[in-house]
Amino acid sequence: MTDIFGIPLQAFLGQLALGLVNGSFYAVLSLGLAVIFGLLNLINFAHGAIYMLGAFLAWMGLTWLGVNYWWSLLLVPLVTAGAGMILERSLLRRLYGLDPLYGLLLTFGLALIIEGLFRQMFGVSGQPYPVPDALRGATNLGFMLLPTYRLWVVAASLVVCASTWFVIERTSLGALLRAATENPKLVQAFGVNVPLMIMLTFGFGVGLAGFAGVLAAPATQVSPLMGSHLIITVFAVVVIGGMGSILGSVLTGLGLGLVEGLAKVFYAPASSTVVFVIMALVLIVRPAGLFGRDK
Amino acid sequence: MTAELLSLTDVHAYYGESHILHGVDLSVKKGEVVALLGRNGSGRTTLLKSIMGLVDKRKGSIRIGGQESASLPPHRIARMGIGYCPEERGIFSGLSCEENLMLPPMIKEGGLSVAELYEIFPNIKERRASPGTRLSGGEQQMLALARIMRSGAHLLLLDEISEGLAPVIVQALGRTIRLLREKGYTILMVEQNFRFAAPLADQFHIVEHGRIVSSFAAAELSSHMGLLHEYLGV
Repeated sequence: MTDIFGIPLQAFLGQLALGLVNGSFYAVLSLGLAVIFGLLNLINFAHGAIYMLGAFLAWMGLTWLGVNYWWSLLLVPLVTAGAGMILERSLLRRLYGLDPLYGLLLTFGLALIIEGLFRQMFGVSGQPYPVPDALRGATNLGFMLLPTYRLWVVAASLVVCASTWFVIERTSLGALLRAATENPKLVQAFGVNVPLMIMLTFGFGVGLAGFAGVLAAPATQVSPLMGSHLIITVFAVVVIGGMGSILGSVLTGLGLGLVEGLAKVFYAPASSTVVFVIMALVLIVRPAGLFGRDK
Repeated sequence: MTAELLSLTDVHAYYGESHILHGVDLSVKKGEVVALLGRNGSGRTTLLKSIMGLVDKRKGSIRIGGQESASLPPHRIARMGIGYCPEERGIFSGLSCEENLMLPPMIKEGGLSVAELYEIFPNIKERRASPGTRLSGGEQQMLALARIMRSGAHLLLLDEISEGLAPVIVQALGRTIRLLREKGYTILMVEQNFRFAAPLADQFHIVEHGRIVSSFAAAELSSHMGLLHEYLGV
């Protein structure tokens, strides 16, 4: 068996692969936060709760209605996006023009309410969600064996992130979005229905969180606390990558997942804090984040 | 007698608690070039923004092509055929020159094609791949104009387009205004630079303290020079 720095290669690659899976969730979640922050200037504290909601909707769909994983992967993001758009229309819209703190407080309160409801209904222990048949077993990558579902999580996340990046950075719809991020009033003065665009964008960002939740259901236990555990790290990812940067949030998410994996190999106790140490260092050197632009 | 395209009756506008426009009456006929003259802070920019619906609150009647627009949101007003060029030009830094040009959606038939625009503004064609804010001030101004000439808007609201630009660029902008007028566009322009506006406009209005204090046609310009001295110091 080959060793790297005295660590068996298999263990090393295994932790890296696990890190990449975590990084995929960070990437999809921080991407949603970045898209929302860009146009709404809102720090969506309910993002983790919506991720949890996505996983629970998949679980409830399967357990109560017999909706399988693949349908959930399609429907749950749409349902969460719809709920997000209602939220934007009914509550968030009233806060535009006020201090961004109000939006933060509102979404934080919502996160507490959603999590509280699910703790009331399901307790804090997790519900198992079976891996769909097509993704059971392990895949031999030549240099290591990897559970097929993990491979799928990484691939699906990368496709979603890359598609989102492409639409925002390379299409005329994305140009409208980028322009509205800079100067929404002027874009509206060109004849674009910016309030509608804001609603759809919020729906999309929230839908991404729902998608990540479904993706996570078979990989972790479906628990009311899964969102709040993850979201703190995701906010650190957003701060490191730079608020509002699309590419930055994706690359930082994947990169920090890998760093966490490496930390587990070399000094396991540091794995849960290494992200925050990096955050502190980045904030000292580049306060706008690695990919952020100074305002 | 040509038809009235834009008509303002007793328009008041507010930013927060500040009352900026105090009852403006203004009429612009189809195909006219109309200049709003006045000092900085007299309310001319606010007048354009009020027409566009970009102020916090407005009162009074603003009719575009006979249709009341004072209660509509900006995107609905734009779709009545208005192109707006803001004072700060509004070139988006996150977009390339060409993305800036193509950004405004087509609101009506009959805008200029991209090929025609590149012919009028060859600089923009050369720099189409550059980020919007890497362009020089003159290029940014031409881009801001070209952008609304493409969308099919037939009433253009231009805010201080000659401000801070080299004389050769200002001359080119003057030629562009003449071209637009030949093509039948209606133009309402705010100008600090009287020498730029004087040979271009058909109608002049002097704005002072949020009101129109004097209006006259191009033919009456020479007899109003005393008034212009008084209000503008030209």
